[in-house]
Amino acid sequence: MFKNILVSFKENIRDYGMYIALAVIMLIFTILTDGLFMTSRVLSDLIDMTGYIAVLSVGVTLVIVIRHIDLSIGYVTGFLGAVAAILTSRLGMPLWAIVPLILILGAAIGVFWTGTLVAKFKIPAFVATLAAMTIFRGLLIRVTNSATIFTKNKSFNAIGNGYIPDIAHVGGLHLLTIIFGAIAIGLLIYMEIRNRRKLIAYQLHVSTLSVFITKLVFISAIIMYFVYKLAMYKGFSWTAVIVAVVIVIYNFITKNTTLGRHIYAVGGNPEAAELSGISVKLITFIVFGSMGLLAGLSGILFTARLQSATPTAGMGLELDAIAGAYVGGTSASGGVGKVTGSIIGALVMAALTKGMDLMTVGVSYQYIIRGLVLVLAVIFDVKTRNMRAKTVV
Amino acid sequence: MGNILEMRNMTKEFPGVKALDNVNFKVKQGEIHCLVGENGAGKSTLMKVLSGVYPHGTYTGDIVLNGEVQKFSRISDSEKKGIAIIYQELALIPEMTVYENIFLGHEVEKSGIINWHNTKLEAEKMLKKVKLNVHPASKIIDLGVGVQQLIEIAKALSKEVQLLILDEPTAALNEDDSENLLELLIDLKQQGITSIMISHKLKEVISIADTVTVLRDGKTICSLSADKGEINEKDIIKYMVGREINDIFPKRKEKHIGDVQLEVMDWSAFDKKLGRYVVKNADFNVKKGEIVGIAGLMGAGRTEFALSIFGNSKNYVLSGQMTIKNKRVHFTQPKQAINNGIAYVSEDRKGNGLILIQDVKENITIANLKDISNTYIINKNDEIKVANDYKQSLNIKTPSIAQKVSHLSGGNQQKVALGKWLFAKPNILILDEPTRGIDVGAKYEIYTLMNELVSNGLCVIMISSELPEILGMSDRIYVMAEGRLTGEISIEEASQEKIMEMATV
Repeated sequence: MFKNILVSFKENIRDYGMYIALAVIMLIFTILTDGLFMTSRVLSDLIDMTGYIAVLSVGVTLVIVIRHIDLSIGYVTGFLGAVAAILTSRLGMPLWAIVPLILILGAAIGVFWTGTLVAKFKIPAFVATLAAMTIFRGLLIRVTNSATIFTKNKSFNAIGNGYIPDIAHVGGLHLLTIIFGAIAIGLLIYMEIRNRRKLIAYQLHVSTLSVFITKLVFISAIIMYFVYKLAMYKGFSWTAVIVAVVIVIYNFITKNTTLGRHIYAVGGNPEAAELSGISVKLITFIVFGSMGLLAGLSGILFTARLQSATPTAGMGLELDAIAGAYVGGTSASGGVGKVTGSIIGALVMAALTKGMDLMTVGVSYQYIIRGLVLVLAVIFDVKTRNMRAKTVV
Repeated sequence: MGNILEMRNMTKEFPGVKALDNVNFKVKQGEIHCLVGENGAGKSTLMKVLSGVYPHGTYTGDIVLNGEVQKFSRISDSEKKGIAIIYQELALIPEMTVYENIFLGHEVEKSGIINWHNTKLEAEKMLKKVKLNVHPASKIIDLGVGVQQLIEIAKALSKEVQLLILDEPTAALNEDDSENLLELLIDLKQQGITSIMISHKLKEVISIADTVTVLRDGKTICSLSADKGEINEKDIIKYMVGREINDIFPKRKEKHIGDVQLEVMDWSAFDKKLGRYVVKNADFNVKKGEIVGIAGLMGAGRTEFALSIFGNSKNYVLSGQMTIKNKRVHFTQPKQAINNGIAYVSEDRKGNGLILIQDVKENITIANLKDISNTYIINKNDEIKVANDYKQSLNIKTPSIAQKVSHLSGGNQQKVALGKWLFAKPNILILDEPTRGIDVGAKYEIYTLMNELVSNGLCVIMISSELPEILGMSDRIYVMAEGRLTGEISIEEASQEKIMEMATV
């Protein structure tokens, strides 16, 4: 059995690579901080600080898949967050109105600025979004009037800081969180088994039963462990719930819809996609629209977490988001990249920051180390891709 | 005069294909030697071996230059010995000036610092040699193709070339520019420079060549000499095509040719990027149950014609009219053509046909996802069924439909491309070089499939550069040359010689 696992591991190292990287990083920090890293409070905080970057990572993954880039997402996020802050604190708009409004505004920016410039005027996305970056930097200073806007609305701030309510507290555990966790594991097992049956029915390649079961038990145990840790603290945060919803939706779109297939086709070979009757232009508009929409969501999460919008909000977020996508296995040459991978990529980068913060590593070293990890991740990605090609041929 | 170059017993193999099979090739000092042959005869391969693109060790045989055996391992090695090759696709940098381009790669320099003054002086000398009256500081991008071609030659001259190789130098030129170029070659001959020219234009060949060598299927067929009066069009064509068609083409049991399905009249396509017509005043139709062949040489505009019909018209300004089943149609994007029952299996499988990094099933379904999805959500069970069906019916050899297409052989990739377009359920199937680069067995399967399809009432438009294939499969043949349909012949009247004549206006 061990041998089987080893073979399966080798075959799938590219798919599991970043999970392993994340595990290793967490383990190292746990040891270096004498267990502080694995405490409930730190983990809960880690998820919340990853949230707004993870959402951007998902968006930019699709942008990179279709062979473009978006440098403007940091300041667009900052700008939209500031607009949300104004809407809630100055105009007193309710949350249910602010969220859709900001999302629509974000999507509009993506479609009418980046999408139009890239798809219609054929301007390289690098240039179009570089311009947007400085434009929104300016707009951010304008709308905030160079001052910090504090948000006092409780329900708004809860998005970034609050936790889902509890139905009952049992033995010091957040019950609803435990229930949700159990449901998630149940769903996962159900889907995996169904998927495996299907593959067997069509005589496609599956891993051996022992490997499959080991894998399921392993993953379930990990999920349960984290859910338990979170339940010991305050349970799932709203941020975690929102990010989970985004992951589920985007994962479904990319894997199961014609739109998703079209996006990967455009990324894999734009000429072939066009000749297959796919409008590359339309896909470009949609992907940048989705990027804008997610920037809006990220802006709300970010502002709510800080309970304020500052004139420099969002600075550098684009780099964290893009790094997350690359670390998560998105290919720089287009056509390849998973939403789930990018989430893990974003978590890896956030875990590095959090861990080094706990160890009180200086900021300068933090930047250097994160840069090196990014390069290592991409080297790993490129190498394993070649290795896989060799084993199959 | 002696031989400046002798290539002895050259053999070069690619996986599955013998591109050169014991070729012997001799070039006399100071002559213009033309190399002719059908597409895929091995001309370009031979020249690539000579210039070191395919390094020593990847072929067998000897290259003897001025009596010495040469072992080139890269292009710069052959350049040092005075060999310069000018490709069909010009290798000039558009945004650089004429003089920068002429000395690119062998700059007039001293310890890395360029002497611009001397560069310009030398460049002017070279331009004079090719009788070109352009300012050395002009940018390449502002100059015509004819001028660019001459600048390529000036660049070669600046490297003190002895042996100049030109790969279809006049393919992209108009008549005046072509004539100009040919005169220059004669002029260079008088200055003692030997030239080898690959050309499809036989009239040019006859007017300029001292010797003509004909290659066919990677073998030397013959060398004809002008001194002995051996060079004439008829013989060259005969030697170029001279093979008999054996039964590599399956016969159709019965033919039921019906009504016209697609017709274009006075159809022209102006290429905005090239600034010229790629298709001009074409009248064309295809009937139900018919295989129509489009013959012609590379660059005749056949692919462009197919793409213009298929609605891939971003780069073209189209004129003329097109009808499908007598209904006028106008396509601005491939999607509309697909919805109207047209499918186009492209010539360049890897370039614009398949998505190599995706697997077999994803490639098969991409042009018709709506048939396997419930509004926008793909039914993956259906997808697997569809892919498995095509895997079986087309005999696609792959370990599984989840295999990436890049790992399949050329023949199987082509079958995936066919499957993809058959799944789009077309009435009119355009096949652009359907058997290029695939082995005989897979070819036979594809021919059988084509017969089956027309028996079921489809119509097939087959673009092919292989004359035997055109003659073996078509019911009717159009010949294309320089963007025009220069002939339409029924299969009964058609012969290789006739087609070649129409294709080499």
